[in-house]
Amino acid sequence: MEYFPILSLITFLPIIGMAIILFIPKTQTLIIKSLTLLVTGIQVILACFILYYYDYTLGGINDPASFQFIEKFRWIEISGISWIGTIKIDYFMGIDGLSVPMVLLTAIITFIATLSSWTIDRSVKGYFVMFLLLDTGMMGVFVALDFFLFYIFWELMLLPMYFLIGIWGGPRREYAAIKFFLYTLLGSVFILIVMIGLYFSAQETLQDGTKVFTFNLLALMDTGNYLTTGILSPLNPLNLRLIAYIALFAGFAIKIPMFPFHTWLPDAHVEAPTPISVILAGILLKMGTYGILRISYPVFPDITHQLVWYIALFGMINIIYGALCAMAQKDFKKLIAYSSVSHMGFVLLGMASLNTMGISGAILQMFNHGTITAMLFLLVGVIYDRTHTRGLDDFGGLAIQMPAYTGFTMVAFFAAIGLPGLSGFISEAFVFLGAFGVETIRTLTIISTLGILLGAGYMLWTMQRVYLGSLNEKWSNLKDLDIREYLMLAPLSLIIIFLGVYPSAMLDLMTTSVNSMVKFMIDSKAIFSSITGF
Amino acid sequence: MQDSLLIKLAVVILFLPLIGFIVTVFFGKSVKKVYVFENLVLIASFILASILLYGKLNYYIDTDLFSEFEWINLGEVPLLGLISIKLGLMLDNVAAIMIWTVMLISLVVHIFSIDYMKGDIRYNHYFAYLGLFTFSMSGIVLTHNILMMYIFWELVGLSSYLLIGFWFEKKSASDAAKKAFIVNRIGDIGMFIGILLLFITYQTFSFDSIFIQLADGKLPFNSEFWLTATGLLIFCGAIGKSAQFPLHVWLPDAMEGPTPVSALIHAATMVAAGVYLVVRVFGMLTGDALLIIAVFGALSALIPATIALTQNDIKKVLAYSTVSQLGYMIMALGVGAYTFAFFHLITHAFFKACLFLGSGSVIHNMHHEQDITRMGGLRKKMPLTYAAFLISSLAISGVPLTSGFLSKDGILAGTYAFASLTGHWLFPLVGFFVAMLTAFYMFRLIILTFHGEPYDKEKYEHAHESKFAMAMPLVVLSILSIFFWYTPNPIDPGEGWVLSKWIKTPEIFTPVETRYDFMKPDENAAVDHSSAVVYSSSYTEAMHNAHYPAMFLSLIVAGLGILLAFLFYQWKRIDPDKLANKFKPLYNLSYNKWYFDEIYDATFVAGTLMLSKFLGWFDLKVIDGIVDGSAAVTKGFSKFSGMFDNIVVDGLVNFIAILSGFVGLIFRKMQTGKVQTYIVMVIFGLVILLFLFKSF
Repeated sequence: MEYFPILSLITFLPIIGMAIILFIPKTQTLIIKSLTLLVTGIQVILACFILYYYDYTLGGINDPASFQFIEKFRWIEISGISWIGTIKIDYFMGIDGLSVPMVLLTAIITFIATLSSWTIDRSVKGYFVMFLLLDTGMMGVFVALDFFLFYIFWELMLLPMYFLIGIWGGPRREYAAIKFFLYTLLGSVFILIVMIGLYFSAQETLQDGTKVFTFNLLALMDTGNYLTTGILSPLNPLNLRLIAYIALFAGFAIKIPMFPFHTWLPDAHVEAPTPISVILAGILLKMGTYGILRISYPVFPDITHQLVWYIALFGMINIIYGALCAMAQKDFKKLIAYSSVSHMGFVLLGMASLNTMGISGAILQMFNHGTITAMLFLLVGVIYDRTHTRGLDDFGGLAIQMPAYTGFTMVAFFAAIGLPGLSGFISEAFVFLGAFGVETIRTLTIISTLGILLGAGYMLWTMQRVYLGSLNEKWSNLKDLDIREYLMLAPLSLIIIFLGVYPSAMLDLMTTSVNSMVKFMIDSKAIFSSITGF
Repeated sequence: MQDSLLIKLAVVILFLPLIGFIVTVFFGKSVKKVYVFENLVLIASFILASILLYGKLNYYIDTDLFSEFEWINLGEVPLLGLISIKLGLMLDNVAAIMIWTVMLISLVVHIFSIDYMKGDIRYNHYFAYLGLFTFSMSGIVLTHNILMMYIFWELVGLSSYLLIGFWFEKKSASDAAKKAFIVNRIGDIGMFIGILLLFITYQTFSFDSIFIQLADGKLPFNSEFWLTATGLLIFCGAIGKSAQFPLHVWLPDAMEGPTPVSALIHAATMVAAGVYLVVRVFGMLTGDALLIIAVFGALSALIPATIALTQNDIKKVLAYSTVSQLGYMIMALGVGAYTFAFFHLITHAFFKACLFLGSGSVIHNMHHEQDITRMGGLRKKMPLTYAAFLISSLAISGVPLTSGFLSKDGILAGTYAFASLTGHWLFPLVGFFVAMLTAFYMFRLIILTFHGEPYDKEKYEHAHESKFAMAMPLVVLSILSIFFWYTPNPIDPGEGWVLSKWIKTPEIFTPVETRYDFMKPDENAAVDHSSAVVYSSSYTEAMHNAHYPAMFLSLIVAGLGILLAFLFYQWKRIDPDKLANKFKPLYNLSYNKWYFDEIYDATFVAGTLMLSKFLGWFDLKVIDGIVDGSAAVTKGFSKFSGMFDNIVVDGLVNFIAILSGFVGLIFRKMQTGKVQTYIVMVIFGLVILLFLFKSF
């Protein structure tokens, strides 16, 4: 597997699929759907290959030698542009323990979202073209190690997402799509500015000894590469790094979404078709936190140390505020959307701890939230397909009519509540264990534990209103799950239960990387204090 | 190698019910008879648990067996070194006795349910949930690890949710299930924070390695205060699960579940888990923590007992009596009467399960009538149920020759001894007073249900004794409520094998200065600080002195309670209604359960909902309003700039165009097309140029 470009393959396979679909007449919907299913299926298989050949002992983070499946070559080279000098941009991909869970998650969720897309009946061809384009963008974000490449993939997702919500969405789809697009674009602008700022601040030494400006993330993590005069250099007395950090963080925070930038989420979710909600909650939200861990943390370790308290604070606000807002909702999908806000708060809190347990908990929570919330949206989709309503008070007693469906719902709901034995528990527990170990954020952590209570509150209340009680006569001829729905829900439930019982399967993938990351953060504290000391 | 065999046996016992659950829940729809499998699994588990108990008490009575495995490995963690999270089982006498009790009660409840639940549409699923519950409970009992305990703790919460809400078509049932889960969660959060504290201090979840480090003097945040706080936080879990004041409100509502379920989880096992938890962590509780625990226990013994006096629902009376008895146990632990607390846990499990199953038998045969004022005279129709119920009631009232007498008397003696050593006389006072109340309300229950004249003749005529499957459990459990299983001497439990051999006074690991005085080692005795420290001799003495006074007092109060019940309800010498009218406020307080539900609903529940409504509004109108507002502002601004562009910028452009047009108009006049005019102009121009150049 040494030289096989598996990361490029898994990333660009959907583009190939897309290209083929463009040549298929739009009436052949079954072929289009099957082809998409095939492509995403192969992605899952490739992800399994990656998992199989992945070396658990290598750390990654800032050390190019311990990244795996690296693909690196010169991509763009423009020489002799006045004062900038030579522009050299690499095509640089590679994965470590931070990205492997996300690659796996992306493959799985996209595959299941494809199954869920089977019910799309409006301009099927266009839908799947967009869908596959989106897929490439998502996968690319998680494997890119060059900021420029990362940014391209990041932006690449925006366009298909806009159309997927704006064309195939619900009644207020246009509003939601524009809101999503503009909001995310605003974040992207912040990221872009910081990216350019970083580019002009550091120089990478090439093999032939020449120095060039660089987008290479790993090079940007090394304080030795920064120019004294660089605008975002730690040596620069202006110290613009704090502002840059906040801008970059805001760019990622919009995606998470972090309070108060979260209001695009409920709208986007409510209007998006089920599979797109699944992808949005399952994968897109993770990019924000992934970006922070991959870029903000190691590139700006000094500022991170300064600001962790605020990160934890926003984590806490997300947890409590999201949960309370969820409780007030009357729309099933909106409720799940707000529960996402709450659950992503755990990720923020875990990251803020800067220790092994907290960060592993955060990454695990990203994965688990991806599977659990995807399942929750699928479950809402199942019932919406049948009844065309999502009002929580329109139902009642579905457990009598649809026992299998209710069984899956129980798994997802209790996983979301953090019931031990299901995956959500481990990640939440780790987040708390990690965050509680840090003195400065201990109080915030204790307040955050209320989130588990509130979570149980709104989830069980929903359970009661929709599934328990006597059956609403209106729904007395609803059918229970069909095969396709089983195929979507069963794998996710299995993952949820498996990781609940045996979390090591996922944790082992990331521990080495997380430990190197924590070590890097600790070491950099010393490095930075020595730099700023002179 | 036999010890590893025993621990393997424990693993098998733990997982058997899980297999029962999985099989039964998946084949519940397709295979009609799958419940038989679940029952067989339980029989097997019970037999194995008996072997386990026998093996433990015969071969390993003084050795505890452990087994651990690594669950999660975090590798070489910066600053902390290698960290791994282990889970594991421990088998000591307490666990062995408890697991046997759990399996026995689970088994009889299974068998009882075969008839009781007949005809239910989710018959198989009912058994599946019982299996899940048994699995979760076994996990709590056998674990050796606070995290694992928490895991199974929550699973017990889940199975209890499923079983309370088993008849979820009823709103009251689904309400009760939700309430139980959420109220339990409140306690669990405290417990969870306690676990976090333990972990950051000791980097482990295993009880014994926590205890060892504690004995070495390692304290949370190096402070005795935080050790006390940790203990109390862990105790929060017990408050929730054992339905202690102020979180007791879920248990009476939980009676919405099928009655055998109430017997299993809301009387004998699940609610006992809280007490069991305190038993497990007893060694790390400081004197201050124990005193506070005792206060909670005393309040939980007292308040529900006063409520039980006036309730008319047969199950509610039993529910409140359960809370009250659990309060006894917690109080006993708080005053250091550890062995009696655990002893009462076991005896209570048998007689309370018997009472619940007895009430189930009554309810079943009275066609789901639960109001005791609408019963009466059933003793003739259901002699066996009556006998079992009577024996258990005698036991819970603490009448000699029963198991309850032994354990309760021990607890009362414990509080008495504690008071004589520390001066906290309120504890024995509450203890004896509650003992009287208990005897009173239990006999009120018996008299109204089984004695006197039937209220509803028709229902009475149709009532009949239960069949074998339902009668057998009653017989077994009531026989277990008699003294000779526990001690040969009916008035002195201390002579029995349970207390003298099986259950030992626990080791205490807290720093000496934080303990109760009587738990400090005797000064004159040479004491090895690293090893177990038994109570001081002054405690033994006080306990000895307390034995007889406590026994006589408890006999008197039990007799008084029973006598009063007869005076009120059997011989009708005193009219309870008149008395109720006379003390209307007190009666109302008791009848309305001290208004706990109303107060909680009005404050916490309503407060949370209001806050959530407000935040929902805030989010939609304010936060999103800002987003939409900024969009509107941008739009407005762009409109303005559009206008500016149109009018000013473009106006300027147009103005210039117009201006040049205008200028053009003027100059056009010169373009006459006549050569003469042009020549004149050229000449004029030349002249002007000449003049200009000349001037330079």
